[in-house]
Amino acid sequence: MPAVSKGDGMRGLAVFISDIRNCKSKEAEIKRINKELANIRSKFKGDKALDGYSKKKYVCKLLFIFLLGHDIDFGHMEAVNLLSSNKYTEKQIGYLFISVLVNSNSELIRLINNAIKNDLSSRNPTFMCLALHCIANVGSREMAEAFASEIPRILVAGDTMDSVKQSAALCLLRLYKTSPDLVLMGEWTSRVVHLLNDQHMGVVTAAISLITCLSQKNPDEFKTCVSLAVSRLSRIVSSASTDLQDYTYYFVPAPWLSCKLLRLLQCYPPPEDGAVKGRLVECLETILNKAQEPPKSKKVQHSNAKNAILFEAISLIIHYDSEPNLLVRACNQLGQFLQHRETNLRYLALESMCTLASSEFSHEAVKTHIETVINALKTERDVSVRQRAADLLYAMCDRSNAKQIVAEMLSYLETADYSIREEMVLKVAILAEKYAVDYSWYVDTILNLIRIAGDYVSEEVWYRVIQIVINRDDVQGYAAKTVFEALQAPACHENMVKVGGYILGEFGNLIAGDPRSSPLVQFNLLHSKFHLCSVPTRALLLSAYIKFINLFPETKATIQEVLRCDSQIRNSDVELQQRAVEYLKLSSIASTDVLATVLEEMPPFPERESSILAKLKKKKGPGAVSVTELEDSKREGGELNGGGDRGPDTAAMAASNASTPSPSADLLGIRSAAPVGAAPASAGSLLVDVFSEAGPIAPSAAVNDDGFLRFVCKNNGVLFENQLLQIGIKSEYRQNLGRMYLFYGNKTSVQFASFTTTVSCPGELQSHILSMHLCTKPVEPLVEGGAQIQQVLNIECLTDFSDAPLLNIKFRYGGALQNLTLKLPVTINKFFQPTEMTSSDFFQRWKQLSQPQQEAQKIFKANHSMDTEVLKAKLLGLGTALLDNVDPNPENYVCAGVIQTKGQQVGCLLRLEPNAQAQMYRLTLRCSKDSVSRRLCELLAEQF
Amino acid sequence: MQFMLLFSRQGKLRLQKWYVPLSDKEKKKITRELVQTVLARKPKMCSFLEWRDLKIVYKRYASLYFCCAIEDQDNELITLEIIHRYVELLDKYFGSVCELDIIFNFEKAYFILDEFLLGGEAQETSKKNVLKAIEQADLLQELNAFNVN
Repeated sequence: MPAVSKGDGMRGLAVFISDIRNCKSKEAEIKRINKELANIRSKFKGDKALDGYSKKKYVCKLLFIFLLGHDIDFGHMEAVNLLSSNKYTEKQIGYLFISVLVNSNSELIRLINNAIKNDLSSRNPTFMCLALHCIANVGSREMAEAFASEIPRILVAGDTMDSVKQSAALCLLRLYKTSPDLVLMGEWTSRVVHLLNDQHMGVVTAAISLITCLSQKNPDEFKTCVSLAVSRLSRIVSSASTDLQDYTYYFVPAPWLSCKLLRLLQCYPPPEDGAVKGRLVECLETILNKAQEPPKSKKVQHSNAKNAILFEAISLIIHYDSEPNLLVRACNQLGQFLQHRETNLRYLALESMCTLASSEFSHEAVKTHIETVINALKTERDVSVRQRAADLLYAMCDRSNAKQIVAEMLSYLETADYSIREEMVLKVAILAEKYAVDYSWYVDTILNLIRIAGDYVSEEVWYRVIQIVINRDDVQGYAAKTVFEALQAPACHENMVKVGGYILGEFGNLIAGDPRSSPLVQFNLLHSKFHLCSVPTRALLLSAYIKFINLFPETKATIQEVLRCDSQIRNSDVELQQRAVEYLKLSSIASTDVLATVLEEMPPFPERESSILAKLKKKKGPGAVSVTELEDSKREGGELNGGGDRGPDTAAMAASNASTPSPSADLLGIRSAAPVGAAPASAGSLLVDVFSEAGPIAPSAAVNDDGFLRFVCKNNGVLFENQLLQIGIKSEYRQNLGRMYLFYGNKTSVQFASFTTTVSCPGELQSHILSMHLCTKPVEPLVEGGAQIQQVLNIECLTDFSDAPLLNIKFRYGGALQNLTLKLPVTINKFFQPTEMTSSDFFQRWKQLSQPQQEAQKIFKANHSMDTEVLKAKLLGLGTALLDNVDPNPENYVCAGVIQTKGQQVGCLLRLEPNAQAQMYRLTLRCSKDSVSRRLCELLAEQF
Repeated sequence: MQFMLLFSRQGKLRLQKWYVPLSDKEKKKITRELVQTVLARKPKMCSFLEWRDLKIVYKRYASLYFCCAIEDQDNELITLEIIHRYVELLDKYFGSVCELDIIFNFEKAYFILDEFLLGGEAQETSKKNVLKAIEQADLLQELNAFNVN
């Protein structure tokens, strides 16, 4: 046992801890603990009143037992009793116990809150801090209810001790995080912001965390913090290393505060005031300069603290993304770190450079480090660092270096850790497709992927290579030759067999002229893999065989022989058996002409977003795929499939194809086009769902988000269009009622059969908009080629809602069932009644709606023209009244309206502040109902 | 910061501080997973790793690992120095701190941490000020002890 030098030791506790440590086994430990628990229980229950010291000792023992990982179900009351002790030491243990072992027992919470209240009003700073620590540690809603209004007062009161202020600030932060609705800064806002000027560095350090969090949620109210933060930062950055005394850490002045200041500034766009901005740029330059100075100490703490500030400054520079000079300097600095001997710095430099790669100003500068990054991928000993290097290579890839990067990533895959292989495969596949100029390179790359990491090649990847080969006739011959060669390897991955079977079935004829790859040789090669494959692959191969019969009549006898053997025609798997039976019959009775029609080459796939990219996004979560990448894919995504500009609608079209397998979706053209009985879609659905991970029937609510959002500010137009079907809508709204006309147009020359439509309300909407009945009788089940039919939908809004109703359309086209789900553009703003009002009325109401949850705000980049007339038209289309001469700034727009639902009226005020220079908007909504503010803000942020 | 854990090379948890509400079960699961992950790493590896959607920052001091979980936008290097400052505080308070000090005076380790970090954010980064606060508290304890006897 070590000598306890400080405070009053509790001997009994020390003896107990020693006992536990001496236990030789888990059982012995449990036995000792149970003995102790029994002892404590009897002491607590005993008649003799325990003195404070004993109570404290036993509570502390219970705490120790709990921290060992055992459950504690008593002692709470004794701990609460300790809270009201006059002895600091007992109170302190009581609070510790409560902080660690909160119990939601309401009776206790009341007692705890009472004790806290007493301590908060005690004016004894030590007691006040204890109470504040407890609130911050527990942070429960009950505590927020009890203290959220009291703590701001303590925080800004002139006579509060500094240490209490510090605790109060962070205590409030914790409460704000758990119950933002209960923490209302209101009148305190400006005094809290001014804590940034406090003389005590500790107070500033604590307060700034609170201010940062509040600023993220209410940037407008706290925006005065920007200039204060800049001047504070400037004073720190320019101070000598000894000026700040104990706040200097290993010769670095106030590193924690500096980082927090830089972090706070990242909640805002660059300062508008020229002087403030100039001062800030100066600070950032000084920080970058200091990185070049020789270190003041050899200790790692010195360099860590200094570099922590540097990285935070670089984050701010990237956040602003507007100072090319600083961006390039940041990039060069990170470049130096890439070769640093500290692994931590190399890791952070790779990570930070990844974001720099997406800025147009620094993309080229990042690219100059390619060799270093490749080297990191090859030589770093720590997998997490290698992962960062792979991420950076992916981010810096463009047309100029794609071949090199893809080659390096492929060779890394051979030895890559299993944990990151799948992601690597997706990335290679995406890059190969995005930057392919020459498609033989693309095909080689994907086949290499399958060879090296076949197990990690998901369906999306091999579906995609097939789509591309089918769509590009210049690569088909090469693809056939390459897969043929790849299949000759003695052991090849099943994914290779799938791609090979498919491609040879379609394009084997292109290499059949060479006797080394004659039809029979091709067939024998494929069939040699057959028995080692799983059922879905075998099903695919059977389809390839029937295609062979069409392509090469000379193979007919051999293939029929294979189909006829018992292992096929009597296979226990129903899908395989059915295919064998049907294909055998088809090949024996159909004429050559019929056969040629049925087994015709697959038509090109409609152009669409790569499902691989979608998969990567899903894997990495939203936001993981950098912005440039998304823009790039918009810009370049179309090229592989033959280029062409993607209009705003194509994405929606492509996406909606996801749930509408058109006849071309069944890659082999067997299931829907063949006159023979269609195979059950579920059994071996193989390639049917090549367009989406969701099954063809699954409603995909997000299908037409683009189309949907186009209708927020207008009522008429084309909602959806693909090769088969066009859907137009016209709608009108009055009060809480609406009527929508839907026009379904058949674009083909063939009749649609069994045409049915259903409108449904997802989840909670059901209870909100009830009367969504279709007023007309169900639509005619037959829609002739070229014809259009109409349907009327009556809508009544009962209360406010967020989710749009869904329209599901089913019909048969050429025997194939088409299934499509669209979001109907019924949005809450459709039920707006415009309200005219004067400037004073407007601002009076604006102030009335000042609770934080009533407001929703978004700052976003302009996606469309910022032209005044266009904006006005959109705001009018929204349904509100556009108010002139209300906002003091003539550039801004303000609108007012009332949303009419059956049950209630929701008043809404809107303010849109364009910043033409930055191409940004700030949109603020205040409504009498919180959910309406949020929903309108979401909808509108996509409109401008 | 979302939580801080101190554990020994044998995987014994010595201190746990949670700044986000989690159930006991979830806490135990996280602890188990993280202790395993961190202990499996080799000495020269970097001090940061991605874990679930958090960033883990850890450092080993003698037989103890100090491990913090921070959010995406938080700064790794400054967190590393938060750990170091806490170690310095313990060291100064106990006088060359060792694992046993933290085992036998666990309550003190918690008190010191509360003076330094609150709600997962640095409250007071000055070593002098933190120790002053703790010493004042100890003084109160000694007075109390005197009164009792």
